[in-house]
Amino acid sequence: MDLTITSCSHIYDNKVIVNDRIIFYQENIIKFADFAKTVYKQEQIVYPKFYKMDALSKLGFLAVELVLKERKLEGYHPEAVGVVLSNSSSSLDTDIAHNDTIKDRSGYFPSPSVFVYTLPNIVIGEICIRHRIKGESAFLISEAFNGRLLCDYVEELFNNNRVEACLCGWVEVMGDNCHAMVMLVEKNNPPMDGISGLRPMLFNVENMNFIMKRN
Amino acid sequence: MDDLILKLKKEVIEQLNLEDTTPDDINPDSPLFGEGLGLDSIDALELIVLLEKNYGIKIEDPKDGKKIFFSIRSMAEYITEHKK
Repeated sequence: MDLTITSCSHIYDNKVIVNDRIIFYQENIIKFADFAKTVYKQEQIVYPKFYKMDALSKLGFLAVELVLKERKLEGYHPEAVGVVLSNSSSSLDTDIAHNDTIKDRSGYFPSPSVFVYTLPNIVIGEICIRHRIKGESAFLISEAFNGRLLCDYVEELFNNNRVEACLCGWVEVMGDNCHAMVMLVEKNNPPMDGISGLRPMLFNVENMNFIMKRN
Repeated sequence: MDDLILKLKKEVIEQLNLEDTTPDDINPDSPLFGEGLGLDSIDALELIVLLEKNYGIKIEDPKDGKKIFFSIRSMAEYITEHKK
């Protein structure tokens, strides 16, 4: 089955690339929270829940928001759209933040709003709520970006008719370091009218690795 | 009471990450949940923690929460009555 990457975002080193176009770049290193907020405002996204999310969810939310701004999910049943993400640190960044609220027994005030993000798949939940996606989902952990793992998993979902479209990629945050690469994969050579800047690419390991590594 | 209401507004904005909301935007008599600020169940838990952390007040009966957290003013009144 031929699968096509129909939209793609790449966020790293204070840079945001959407379908081959750099839409944001900040030369000086800034804190992730400020970076995420700046991109959110620049893109004129209105979703107050964004501010309550942890860093991993903010990054995944922004990456998907930018992908779907270019390529809408119209025409798909909510159950036919999947989300498969991966990273290496799981939710460790937020786990540490949660630990900070409980390590002092004399000031033991765990924050419920931090605790609820101490699982990596919560980012998928946030994306699904935002875009009304109800299909298959998975969050895979690997030491480094593993295009083969992601590709095999997503292809299997398509081959078994579990999805007709799938958001997939890498969403990694640790402290102020972040790296996200999210793509929308569709089948049956979908029409690409109106997509600016993107050269449609076959969904395969080589192209995933190419997108992941390019600057 | 007015000073406490202003302080509470600032604490709620910070604790609940209500970005782009200022104390002036919050009517002290408006419901905090459902309408008004549109808070959710996790926010409710954060408000319980806020009362305990900042004012030393522990809510023993969860059923009281609906009344205590109806608005900023009801929170302020409860704090005034129960602060240790």
